[in-house]
Amino acid sequence: MTIFTDIGQYLLMIKGMFSKPENGKMYWKEFIHQCSEIGIGSLGIVAIISVFIGAVSTIQTAYQLVSPLIPPSTIAQIVRDTVILEFAPTLVCIVLAGVAGSRIASELGNMRVSEQIDALEIMGINTKAYLIMPKIIGSLLMIPLLVVISMALGIWGGRLAGTAAKILSASEYDKGLLEAFRPYNVIFALIKSYFFAFIISSIAAFYGYYVKGGALEIGRASTKAVVVSCILILFADYVLSALLL
Amino acid sequence: MIEVKNIRKSFGDKIVINNVSATMKAGQCNLIIGSSGSGKTVLMKCMVGLFEPDSGEILYNGHSFTEMGVEERTEVRKEIGMLFQGSALFDSQTVEQNVMFPLDMFTKWTQQKKQERVNEVLARVNITDANKKYPAELSGGMKKRVALARAIVLNPKYLFCDEPNSGLDPQTSLVIDKLIQEITKEYNITTVVNTHDMNSVMEIGNYILYMYQGNKEWEGSNKEIIFSKNERLNQFIFASEFLQDAKEMRMLEETGRIPHHRNIGDTPQS
Ligand SMILES: Nc1ncnc2c1ncn2[C@@H]1O[C@H](COP(=O)(O)OP(=O)(O)OP(=O)(O)O)[C@@H](O)[C@H]1O
Ligand SMILES: [Mg+2]
Repeated sequence: MTIFTDIGQYLLMIKGMFSKPENGKMYWKEFIHQCSEIGIGSLGIVAIISVFIGAVSTIQTAYQLVSPLIPPSTIAQIVRDTVILEFAPTLVCIVLAGVAGSRIASELGNMRVSEQIDALEIMGINTKAYLIMPKIIGSLLMIPLLVVISMALGIWGGRLAGTAAKILSASEYDKGLLEAFRPYNVIFALIKSYFFAFIISSIAAFYGYYVKGGALEIGRASTKAVVVSCILILFADYVLSALLL
Repeated sequence: MIEVKNIRKSFGDKIVINNVSATMKAGQCNLIIGSSGSGKTVLMKCMVGLFEPDSGEILYNGHSFTEMGVEERTEVRKEIGMLFQGSALFDSQTVEQNVMFPLDMFTKWTQQKKQERVNEVLARVNITDANKKYPAELSGGMKKRVALARAIVLNPKYLFCDEPNSGLDPQTSLVIDKLIQEITKEYNITTVVNTHDMNSVMEIGNYILYMYQGNKEWEGSNKEIIFSKNERLNQFIFASEFLQDAKEMRMLEETGRIPHHRNIGDTPQS
């Protein structure tokens, strides 16, 4: 039963976000702040993960492709496609659910528990619009950007590892990158990342905004937010792949 | 003026506010007193709509707040300033930014004018040299005062203070009481204060509502409270010997007579 009331409350939260800002400038400031928190705040971890994922994919693909009939540039092709299609959008978003999502949930949870949200309400501010909307829009802008960066860094990481392990030369790798390239894959990855960005930010905001109780509940809420958004990301990944590929 | 009509509120099966009514006039300090857990905070939160009462009605200047839609409530709330029991300062913002926040949000003033107003209210609550500090770097009493500054910065028509001077020393406490009383008179604010500070009760209690386990046990003014025969109230408010003495002094002042069981002649000479 609670799952239905939760879904209802979640939808009401989304609906409640849409109202005329009390002061556009303050909303803009909050939006920019959130963009920098989500974007800059997660850039480091995203970069590290992407480079390593690209590197590992190159080595493992080379390990599996032992036939001398297959040219080494094929390795680059495979790395490119797995990074763009799956690793950059899905894996990075799962990490972001942990990094950005738990930050959103605990920030809102803390504001709820220490009555800061009530204080804003009393001033006559629509707290759903002022606190949640900038986080969701900020995520929708920054997370796809991070995914694109992750694609580039992943492919670059593959190139580094491939040449370092003498699996293939840099020029073979670059040649492979351009073979049979389908731009649609990038578009598909971006569509996925928009969905994931919405899931990460709105689910985290939901669990944070409706925290009840004390400080202990904030930790629980952010854990729950991360778990639920990871599951939803994987589920959405499956549905979108089935529909769009 | 705020009218509270037959408010009931329960959490689960626990009745926290049981059929409380009160009339709180503008230009005076309306106090809600009662021991810890008697329902003061819940009543105040019902009055501003942070809790929905189970039944009953709240009227702001004759308009039913309970029946208003979101937009009308927002309009009323723009005229409300509230100090929360736990201060509720925004911890990502400095003292100055906290107090300036309502100005940023609701006025089109220049930065300089906003800054002047912020400094003015911070000075009134005796906060100086803390403008750039974060709430985590303040003492509990300082947080209270900054939160009060934030509550009054827009000159509200209705001011709610949940225990404005708990955690303050007697002297600062007095300054805060005086400030609340001053602005209440000056701007004809309807002020509602939750307190269990006896000093505040005697100093600023134009109207006092005494809550006992969620019920209205007594109401009256600080003039009347010393003559009250209500046992519970007397036990609650004049709990110590010292306060008993103070009460009798005040009775003497008001009536020229001391209660008969006391013999003033026994006072040792010093
Ligand atoms: N959100 C809530 N959920 C359930 N019970 C609550 C809630 N808030 C308050 N109560 C209960 O309501 C009663 C009154 O609480 P309230 O906070 O109004 O007391 P108070 O008079 O403000 O006390 P204090 O002087 O200590 O602040 C308490 O018994 C408390 O347990
Ligand atoms: Mg209280």
